[in-house]
Amino acid sequence: MRRELGSYFATPLAYVFILIFIVLASLFTFYLGGFYERGQADLAPFFNFHPWLYLFLIPAISMRLWAEERKSGSIELLMTQPITLWQAVLGKFFAAWIFTAIALALTFPIWITVNFLGDPDNGAILSAYIGSLLLAGGFLAIGSCMSALTRNQVVAFILSVVVSFVFLLAGYPLVLDVFRSWAPQALVDAIASLSFLTHYESISKGVIDIRDLLYYAMLMGFFLLATSIALDVRKAQ
Amino acid sequence: MIKTEHLSKRYEALTAVDDVSFEVRPGEVLGFLGPNGAGKTTTMRMLAGFITPSSGKASICGHDVEADPLAAKASLGYLPEGAPSYGEMTVYRFLEFIADLRRLTGEQRTRRLAYVIGRLQLERVLAQTIETLSKGFRRRVGLAQALMHDPPVLILDEPTDGLDPNQKHEVRTLINEMARDKIIVISTHILEEVDAVCTRAIVIARGKVVADDTPQGLASRSRYHNAVSLKLENAEQLAAARSAVAALPSVAEVEVSEREARITALPRAGASILASLGELASSQGLKLKELHLESGRLDEVFRTITA
Repeated sequence: MRRELGSYFATPLAYVFILIFIVLASLFTFYLGGFYERGQADLAPFFNFHPWLYLFLIPAISMRLWAEERKSGSIELLMTQPITLWQAVLGKFFAAWIFTAIALALTFPIWITVNFLGDPDNGAILSAYIGSLLLAGGFLAIGSCMSALTRNQVVAFILSVVVSFVFLLAGYPLVLDVFRSWAPQALVDAIASLSFLTHYESISKGVIDIRDLLYYAMLMGFFLLATSIALDVRKAQ
Repeated sequence: MIKTEHLSKRYEALTAVDDVSFEVRPGEVLGFLGPNGAGKTTTMRMLAGFITPSSGKASICGHDVEADPLAAKASLGYLPEGAPSYGEMTVYRFLEFIADLRRLTGEQRTRRLAYVIGRLQLERVLAQTIETLSKGFRRRVGLAQALMHDPPVLILDEPTDGLDPNQKHEVRTLINEMARDKIIVISTHILEEVDAVCTRAIVIARGKVVADDTPQGLASRSRYHNAVSLKLENAEQLAAARSAVAALPSVAEVEVSEREARITALPRAGASILASLGELASSQGLKLKELHLESGRLDEVFRTITA
């Protein structure tokens, strides 16, 4: 995990990523979100755009997790060390997650700004930060799994964006209509309940519901398990 | 000890490794020989726990590679084919990372790091990223990684591939030094390497073991085992010398190279012809530049048994 985290900072990628993340997050907040015009002392316009930022930025981080190891052959070195597959999967995932957390934490000036301008509910902001971090973890787990499926980073990126997009919009007609025509209502409801957005919205408003936390934990657990299965199948082939 | 029993790896259309069984004991240096694509790398990957066998068993120091993979991997130092590593890391960071994965701590960690760095002469490149290194240095970093935890078993897939003659010599010296108390398996298609470092050679072709012998034993299978070659000073004597040599009862066959003015006499099975050829040369008045007894040609044996 430390190697992986270190390797993010070893290349310019890390700094470019963090810079782009902060710039885009700020741009969206101030221009599209109308941060000033709303006249409210909260960070809703900031957090509202996080799912869309993550949709493209997280796959850029996660695409290399396994695809690069496979491409360069270093996976053979890693997998013949005395560590379990699960340790390797979790190590890489947490390294990527901590990296994202650092990028997220570096948006603190906007929090200072809003406190300077008004008197926001800092508890709600903290809750929204936690929600955003969980959301990022969900995207990363999907990305990790997609990266384990291929040795091509571009393919891993595209797969991650597509799968993440489906999860993001699972609660919306765009996705639900595909199922509604033929699937039973129970299944449609189940799919709707898998949506990133519905689980993100309440937490970003400051409501930490145990069901939302459980949802993200299970989502990450599921995709990390899928990652290790994908890697294990490769081993047998 | 390394032990494999009926180890096989089948892919849909092809059997890469087919019922391979062998044992390697401490003090042995086993050379794994075979044409490209014969199954050497696949066998080594199964021993290292990187791919799962389709059937059969393998164990490292008594630890089954499938039932107890962590213990098997802990007693093994492995150099994968092509010595892959993390290009963006510096040599020192990479070695530290390996030391951590091998769970070395404190004084032992410092000592082992210093040992492998010194042993493979990596001092000069410690601060360089691995992707900027030459092929020889990358291979040495790969070897340093395999030696980090002083494992009782070493499996090295083509350890000298891509090295220049000096570096090859270095690596062979290193292997010879470690051979006394370790089990070492190397794969190679460089036959001189077998003579230089191995106490035993397994030849594998199309996934099957086709020979398992000492290098001397392999060489003695050659048609050229105990053959005698004469190099003449004067090429004009070649024709006369040829018929005289061919007339000897213990000589089975004669080969002539006109370019080198060399005659090679192959003996009948079990016969020794060196003395009689020496006598012949003096009685016929042949002026010899060179006279020598061959122990056998490994490359010829290799071609015969893997064809």
